[in-house]
Amino acid sequence: MNTAIELGLIYAIMAIGVYLTFRILDFPDLTVDGSFTTGGATAAVLIVNDVHFILAMAAAFAVGTVAGLITGLLHTKGNINGLLAGILTMIALYSINLRIMGKANVPLLGEDTAFAFMRTLGASSGSWALIAILLALILVLKFIVDWFLSTDLGLSLQATGDNEEMIRSFGVSTDRMKILGLMLSNGLVALCGAVVAQQQGFADISMGIGLILVGLASVIVGQALLGTRTVFIATLAVIVGAVIYRLAIYFALTAGLNANDMKLISAVLVVAALLLPQWKIFRKLGGLRRDRGVVSDIAAGGPQAAPALATSGASAAPAAESTRTGSSQEADRA
Amino acid sequence: MLELTDIHKTFFPNTVNERRALVGIDLHLAPGDFVTVIGSNGAGKSTVLNTVAGKLTPDTGTVRIDDKDVTGLKDFQRAEFVGRVFQDPMAGTSPNLTIEQNMSLAGRRGKTRGLSLSVGKARREEYHEALKVLELGLENRMKTKVGLLSGGQRQALSLLMATFSGPKILLLDEHTAALDPQRAALVTELTQKVVADQNLTTLMVTHNMAQALEVGNRLIMMHEGRIILDLHEEEKRGKTVEDLLGEFAKIKGAELDDKALLQ
Repeated sequence: MNTAIELGLIYAIMAIGVYLTFRILDFPDLTVDGSFTTGGATAAVLIVNDVHFILAMAAAFAVGTVAGLITGLLHTKGNINGLLAGILTMIALYSINLRIMGKANVPLLGEDTAFAFMRTLGASSGSWALIAILLALILVLKFIVDWFLSTDLGLSLQATGDNEEMIRSFGVSTDRMKILGLMLSNGLVALCGAVVAQQQGFADISMGIGLILVGLASVIVGQALLGTRTVFIATLAVIVGAVIYRLAIYFALTAGLNANDMKLISAVLVVAALLLPQWKIFRKLGGLRRDRGVVSDIAAGGPQAAPALATSGASAAPAAESTRTGSSQEADRA
Repeated sequence: MLELTDIHKTFFPNTVNERRALVGIDLHLAPGDFVTVIGSNGAGKSTVLNTVAGKLTPDTGTVRIDDKDVTGLKDFQRAEFVGRVFQDPMAGTSPNLTIEQNMSLAGRRGKTRGLSLSVGKARREEYHEALKVLELGLENRMKTKVGLLSGGQRQALSLLMATFSGPKILLLDEHTAALDPQRAALVTELTQKVVADQNLTTLMVTHNMAQALEVGNRLIMMHEGRIILDLHEEEKRGKTVEDLLGEFAKIKGAELDDKALLQ
């Protein structure tokens, strides 16, 4: 359970990145499947070569922005459809990731990673201390993103996704904004990959496969519950969504599904989060949500989320052995 | 202030769909000119506006704004000089952002957009004052998302935003056409007020001949990519809708005769 929350808070970095493209720019960016691994690979190789983990993570972020830049250029200057531009970069990154690592897997056992450092502080994996530290860090990131979106530049970015024609008529190059958004987004995704590699103790060529779905699930589930009235709420919702996603996986595993079913559960979760709010009974709940404050949002959202989780759990084979903490971690490797 | 010289624009050249949208347009606007543009569908009115705004690049000819050649500049690069209100009330504002955020987007026209707060205390006061001019009470709803406003309110806001940071040219593309008569009258009135206050050089496309005669100091009529009638202040005064229709029929008739002769 604790590990699930821990993972949720880590993957929230990536989810915020996905939020920037998917919600702010209205651009479904598939680059993330590749740039996540690129981040993990870059950080792992640097850490193995005795670079400090903070520098390694900064490098991962930088490499991620380059991946975003390429997708952005393909889309804006090359006039390639956004989905296709993302897929092209993602596929190309697969080879680049292998080049970076030199092999399919780079272990980090016994290296000076961020999590090894945390352990020396008494915050080992699965402890509440580590959860508290991760929560503090992700909130700092959230506030930085909130602040950025409230600046002149950030507001132009928001307007680019909202009404492109209009913001051009006020002198903003929407091409430049899209590129900027993609760079920031993929930088965060790569940073998340770097953190995940350190948390699980290795970087792997397949660690990013299907990741876009995890990101979308976090954004969609979180915002279905908390709404998007302001940027403050929207980014908070993304973090909550990332944790809920991990908890859903955890409960599904506890209920007897195995790690190979994870992608299916992710997809079912996203479909549920997209369909349920359209049904009458949930729309009524949605109405309540809008009328009251943020706190009751969660209360009203609770019963909405419960059936979604319950169905994925209940459909599981009843007698199967329950998997314990750490299994959700395996799910990612699968 | 605005000079269009020998502008030609052909869509889908060398195909069966070839359409000559603009055929040698010459148009000079003096500072403070308020020109209304009328003409039937496909006459080239919107193409002229899009050419001035930079949405379209002419095949030949030059566009000069305030003696600066802007022909090669893209729309967002010209935005510093050109304010624009579209026909669709949804087009001129950002629906998911608040009124004050929309004002901020407009306020930064022609300035760098960096990392300063988009809506700070000083700016909020500035926007509050500016919104009062509309007399719609929007200044008390600055944190409302623009998507929740009515079409008339959004169009009035679009107009304010288009003129907020002092453009040199104002382009109005049938901006009252989608509104009910009452709202249309309100937005027209606001338009005249804003244009007079800032002495803006304005091009206004309209389908409403009465409106075209009523506002502005100059009227041009377009037909098949050409300017076929150009009435200045004196000539325009006293003209009626019937006169305009008569002129139009006369020119169209003459042209038909030409065509018949050529065949």
